Formats: sequence, C-alpha cells, structure tokens
Amino acid sequence: MKLQPQSYLAEHTVRSWLLTHDHKRIGILYLLTIIVFFAIASVAAALMRIELVTPQGDLVTSETYNKLFTIHGVLMVWFFLIPSIPAVLGNFILPMMLGARDVAFPRLNLLSWYIFIAGGVLALWSLIHGGVDTGWTFYTPYSSTYSNSHVISMAAGVFVAGFSSIITGMNFMVTVHKMRAPGLRWFRLPLLVWSLYATSLIMVLATPVLAITLALMSVERVWGVGIFDPKIGGDPVLFQHLFWFYSHPAVYIMILPGMGVVSELITCFSRRRIFGYGYVAAASMAIAVLGFVVWGHHMFVAGQSVYSGMMFSILSYMVSIPSAIKVFNWTATLHKGSISFATPMLYALGFIGLFTIGGLTGLFLAALAVDVHVTDTYFVVAHFHYIMVGGMVMAFMGGLHYWWPKITGRMYPEFAGKLAAMITFIGFNLTFFPQFILGYLGMPRRYHAYPPEFQFFHILSTAGASILGVGYLLPFLYFLWSLKWGRVASGNPWEATGLEWQTPSPPPTHNFEKTPVVTREPYAYDAVTGKEEPQEGLMQQTSAV
Amino acid sequence: MWTFRLFPEAASTGAREVDLLYFALIAISAFFMVVVFGPLIFFAIKYRRRSKADRTNPPHGSFALEMTWTAIPLFISFGLFTWGAMAYFDIERAPKNALRIDVVGKQWMWKLQHAEGKREIDELHVPVGQTVLLTMTSQDVIHSFYVPAFRVKQDVLPGRYTTEWFKPTRTGEYHLFCAEFCGTEHSGMIGRVVVMEPNAYEQWLTTGDVALPSVAAGQRLFTQLGCSGCHGDSSKIPAPRLEGIFGKPVPLNGGATTIADEKYIRDSILMPGAQIAAGYENLMPTFKDRITEEELMQVITYIRSLSETNTPAR
Repeated sequence: MKLQPQSYLAEHTVRSWLLTHDHKRIGILYLLTIIVFFAIASVAAALMRIELVTPQGDLVTSETYNKLFTIHGVLMVWFFLIPSIPAVLGNFILPMMLGARDVAFPRLNLLSWYIFIAGGVLALWSLIHGGVDTGWTFYTPYSSTYSNSHVISMAAGVFVAGFSSIITGMNFMVTVHKMRAPGLRWFRLPLLVWSLYATSLIMVLATPVLAITLALMSVERVWGVGIFDPKIGGDPVLFQHLFWFYSHPAVYIMILPGMGVVSELITCFSRRRIFGYGYVAAASMAIAVLGFVVWGHHMFVAGQSVYSGMMFSILSYMVSIPSAIKVFNWTATLHKGSISFATPMLYALGFIGLFTIGGLTGLFLAALAVDVHVTDTYFVVAHFHYIMVGGMVMAFMGGLHYWWPKITGRMYPEFAGKLAAMITFIGFNLTFFPQFILGYLGMPRRYHAYPPEFQFFHILSTAGASILGVGYLLPFLYFLWSLKWGRVASGNPWEATGLEWQTPSPPPTHNFEKTPVVTREPYAYDAVTGKEEPQEGLMQQTSAV
Repeated sequence: MWTFRLFPEAASTGAREVDLLYFALIAISAFFMVVVFGPLIFFAIKYRRRSKADRTNPPHGSFALEMTWTAIPLFISFGLFTWGAMAYFDIERAPKNALRIDVVGKQWMWKLQHAEGKREIDELHVPVGQTVLLTMTSQDVIHSFYVPAFRVKQDVLPGRYTTEWFKPTRTGEYHLFCAEFCGTEHSGMIGRVVVMEPNAYEQWLTTGDVALPSVAAGQRLFTQLGCSGCHGDSSKIPAPRLEGIFGKPVPLNGGATTIADEKYIRDSILMPGAQIAAGYENLMPTFKDRITEEELMQVITYIRSLSETNTPAR
C-alpha cells in the first residue's frame, strides 16, 4: 500500500522493527506475539472440549489432559489476556489519546516486550519438554513437592513475564501523569485512559506479590525449604493467600481495560457523551482499590476461618457495585443517542450482555453458602469465562476493529465483521451457559472423565466451542485480507472525537505534526447531527496534514 | 438417551437451604437482566441512526439516578450477604451428638473409618436422618470432599483437620467427588455415599472389614507407642495429664495459650517441642515416622474421649 513517507509503517527492515522505540510498533509486536500464545492455548482448549464429548477419558490420557488445562490457563491468563488490551491497544492508543509523541520511557517499553518474549520462551520450553500439570494456580504442596512435571521452568516463565507487566504499568502511569497535551486535564481524559491508569496501578502493586509467591514455591521445590508443605513445616493455605492476593487483582487487570474500550465504543457509535463521566471514571479506581481486598473469596472452603469468610464475602459484594454503576451508565448513554451497529458496536453491546451475566453470577459465588456448593465446579469455570472471554476478549475484538483503520490504514470488511461478532456471541453463550447448569449439578472442574449424566451439557458446550472457534478464525482471516485489499481508511473514519483520530491513518512516527490543544470534555458528540459538537469561539483545531 | 436434569437431587437438610438461596439469586439476576437489557434493547431500537426519535437536550448525568443505581444494588447485596453468611454459619458449625467418621484423603482414594470400627474406601455408608460429622485430613496434597446432593464441600488439607457435616434426608446413592485438583488421577478420585435405613446401617456396620472401634484402637496405640508410660495414671515422669483437656485452653511455656484441639494434639505428637504446656520440660520424643494418619486420628479420638464422659467409649 502507499504510505505517507512519515508513516510509522514506512520503514520495512527487520531491524527497524526489533529495535524500534515507537509505541505503535511495540504494540504491534505485542499483538503478533499474543496471537501465537492465543493460538496455542486455543488448541489446548479445543482438545479438552473434544475429550469431554464422551464421559470416558478416551482421547488423551489423564496426564495429558491435566497438562492441557494447565497450558490453556497459563498462556491465556499471562501471555494473552493480561497483555491483550494494555500492551497491544494501550501501547498503540494511549500516547495518542494523550496527544503525546510516545510513552514516557520508550526504551523501557521495548525492553518490556523483550522480557515478555523471554518469559514466553521459558513457558514454551516447559511446554515442549513435557508441560506442567499443576493447573495455572500452582497450588502447593502439589506443585512444590508432588508434581513430576516441569513446574520450575513454567513458573520462571510467568515470573519473568510479570516484569514486563510491571514495566508497562509504570510506563503508562508516568505517561498519563506527565505527557498529557495542553488543556488535557484529568477530567477531560478519555475513559480508556482512566481504566488503563487503574490497571497500571494494579500491575505495579500486585505483580511483585506473584513473583514472590512463585519464587517461594520454587525455593521449596528445589531446595526443600519448608514454606508451604506441612510435611516440612509449611502451610499450604499460605500459598493460596499469596497467590490470590495477586491473582484476584489480576482479574481486574483482565477486565478494567475492556471496560475502558467499551466506553470509547459506546460513545462513538451512539454519537453521545458518556452518561455520568465522573462516576464511570471513579468506578475504575474503586474497582482497582477494592480488588485488593477480596482475595479470600477464592478460599471459602479452603480452611480459612468462618469470620474471614464473612469479611471477604461482604467485600466481594462491595466490589460488584462499581461494575454495576458502569453498566447502568453505558445503558443510559444510549438514551437519546444516534446508534449505528457497526462491528465494534456489536462487540461492545455483546460485552455489556456477557459481562452483566458474568457479574450477576459473581453474586452467586460471593454468597457464602452457595459458593460452598459451586466452588471448584463448572459454575466457576463458566463465571470467569463470561468475564474474561465474554468481557475482555469481546472488548479486545471490538477495540481491534475500531482502531484497525488507525493501526493499518485499511478498513476491515464490515459485513464479515458483523458476521464474526454475531458468531462469536452465539458460540460463546452455547459454550459457557451450559457450564453454569453443569456446575450447579455438581460437575467438578479439571475432570478428565466424568459420570455419564453430565454428558448432554458437555456436548452442548463442545458444539458451542466449535462455533466460537469460527468466530475467532474469521477476523484473523479478514484482518489479513484487509492489509492488502481493504478499503483505504481516512484519518477519522468513525468521525470520532478522540485525539488519536486527529492524525492520519496510519499515523506518522511522532503521531502529531503539531501538539494538539484540548479545550473540552471527551466525547463531544452531537446526536442530532451525528457530528462532533461545534466548538464555540475557538481557534479551529488543525490536524496539520 | 441421557438423564436430563437442570437441578441436582437434594438429599440433606442443608441442601434445601442452599437451593432456596440459589433460586433467590436467580430471581434477583433475572430482575437485573430485565433492568439492564430492557432499556438497552429499547434504546438500541428507538435511537437507531435512521429513526426520527427526539434527541434534543440529552442528559449528561444525573446525581439522583447514580444514587439510585448505587443504593439499590448495595441494599440487595447486603441482603444476599446476610442470607449467604447465615447459611454458611450453619454449614461450617459442626453440631453436637453427631455420628463421627474419620476421613483420610490420599492420591487417589478416600479412606473412611467409622467410630464403631468399620472401614471403607471410596464409599461412605450413613444412616438416614442422622447427623454425620466427618473429621478429615490428607496424607499428601490438598483434596476436597464434595457431595453435590448434600451441597457440602470442604478442602481436606495435609497437616491439619477440617470438618464437614450433613444430615441425609433420603435414602439412595449419591456422588462423592474430589473437588480440588490433586494430580494425575484427580477425576478418578470419586466414590459414592450410600444413605441407608438406620437398621440396615446397624447391620451393615457389623459385616465386612470391621476393626476395633476408634476409641479402643486409639487406646491400644496409646499403650503400644508408650504414651501411657508418661501420660498415664502410674507415671512418675512429669508429663501433662490428658483427661478433660480436649477443647479447653492450655497455657503454654512463654505465656501464650492455645486450645487443645485436634491440630494441637497432632502437632504435639509429631513436633513435641513446638508448643510445650506451661510448667513442663520438653522430654517427649517425636513420633513423626512411627505413626500413620489413620493411627493419629485414632489416638486423637481416644484423647478426645477422655474429655467427653467418665466412660471413654461410645
């Protein structure tokens, strides 16, 4: 394709990619990397779903099955979901949303990608040498003493990749504090920036705890120092406390950025200012803070005291409130809008539907007595997939379609896009809704074989998963297609208001020829005309291209 | 072709309580789905781009609305919390006068010991209408004792004791699952709970693999391992007497106090130097490699029986 000479994509050498300091190119490096991990983890999921069509364990051995769900969990959580929106879309969009030329520390940004690759190589090394069978949760003393699989290399991979999260989080925080364009006050920030800021806070504060936990587990495994195994004087529940002290906040790393993307999409495609801007922004921060004090709700039957169970239950109910506030505000934003159903909007609406169901089933799990029955069953599996896949992946796909013209300078094919969004939505529900029923019926998770009475819902779930697979494969194909044959995109194909749209597509290396000046709140859409609200008594914003 | 169910059987007193809360949660979820999806779909149709709906003066926020949709979910949440916590209290609080059964989990089987001496593996026979209290431990990794029909689940941990109780209301056979991933054959660590008529249960207790009743077995170990030489009646060695201590506070050397529960007795047998009763020296050797998990539970049962009545046998 013909590119402006100053376009960030203009240079083609491998060196220009591998040594780039450009946040946009680093975002693309991350995108290519996580696609690989997503593909491997999806194959693992597909094998599991095929195995579960029959009650007997007949496709793979129990050992292999256990390794499949472990590799699925580890790769999806740490090598796909956590970097998905922050490191791909965040890296690409955040500096442009701020009117900045790059992130605050461009070299560190590149370093974070190399660290991520190093972590990924370790994880793949572990996989190729036989894999790990502990589950992504690495519970002790199984992981530290009993498992015969490659626990250390996998844990090392996660440990190393964690530092890339920490660096990205710190980089984003400094960027938001120091590099906002003139006039871009905190309460003029797009909501994606608020949510990425909240996410960064969690990344910086929680990830070190994961590193410490995995290091302690490895110390016990390698040198036999008694930390978690009671046989040598340790406490196995201590591991769970430490692990969830990171991993519960990590759940919010995996949903907050999605919420931010959805705020961008809902406003643009309903040509409306966000309803209750301050409340939506504050809700992100509230979720980030409250998310740190609910870890014990993973342990209601693990042997912690009844009273700590009660504290964690009530705190878990509290953390549901800011999420509810966001959902209500998104719905209210549609009121008096001018709504078009382009692909990104379909994903955003799908997100609201699936996230709402995911959130509501969270109320079941926070209700102590019900949790006793459904924890460690498919109910939990369904619940967190509704949040992480129904929520985060839908938002990621929505965001990818929305910013695709900005990233590549080409439009994706709209009809195929809508089709994929709908296939994904249907496939997702067929995969995971039956799992709620399975869970309440008592089907435990991580079971290679199961009593035949559960088969009906497992077959539904596998059928859904094959549809879901099509929903993911389709965008992969037409995105590739669009790089060559897609319609050439203008600088602002959605007529959106964000600063990232005031520069050509694809943007020049330094984003803006002239630093933009911000004079008003975000999302200044006018639903009556469907255009941007007219600026009163103000010099015209020139995007100087 | 398949047995088709949307809800599991309910075969214990606690199951109904949990189901009631579950149905309430479904109703509340349905309410919120109407509240969210109703307006969402309505607005999406009414304000679609080509419609002629009135779009003038759109509101950008409303303090009253924000407060409403904060307060109502908060209020409902507190209600759900209270209900869930009260029912949880019932699940966690072990009742008195229960039929006691000891459970040891290991990779990958459940070993169960009835107080009367009957032992079984991966099967649990209990009488209907009788409260059953399981005292559980693991000899390797973490397991979890899960009976869906009773809506109870409790992790089974190495190095300490957890309890689980239920009162079956219907005879029949029910699934027993290990619910905490425990290694290669995790999904094979399953079994069944058989709820029987009381007289059938009494008869069952006397057939098959019947060993000594737990208290008697514990008493025998207490003598065999030499515990009685110091802790017994005729001892001249300064060792604490164990009658009446179970469940009571024990002052420790150094000023702290602990409760003499199963874990304290276990730790005192395996790591005698860790928590020494006030006024005594650490003279006791460790029994770490000389006693199995099952035997430990029998000794503990015997010591518990010394505190229950004057006649230490059921």
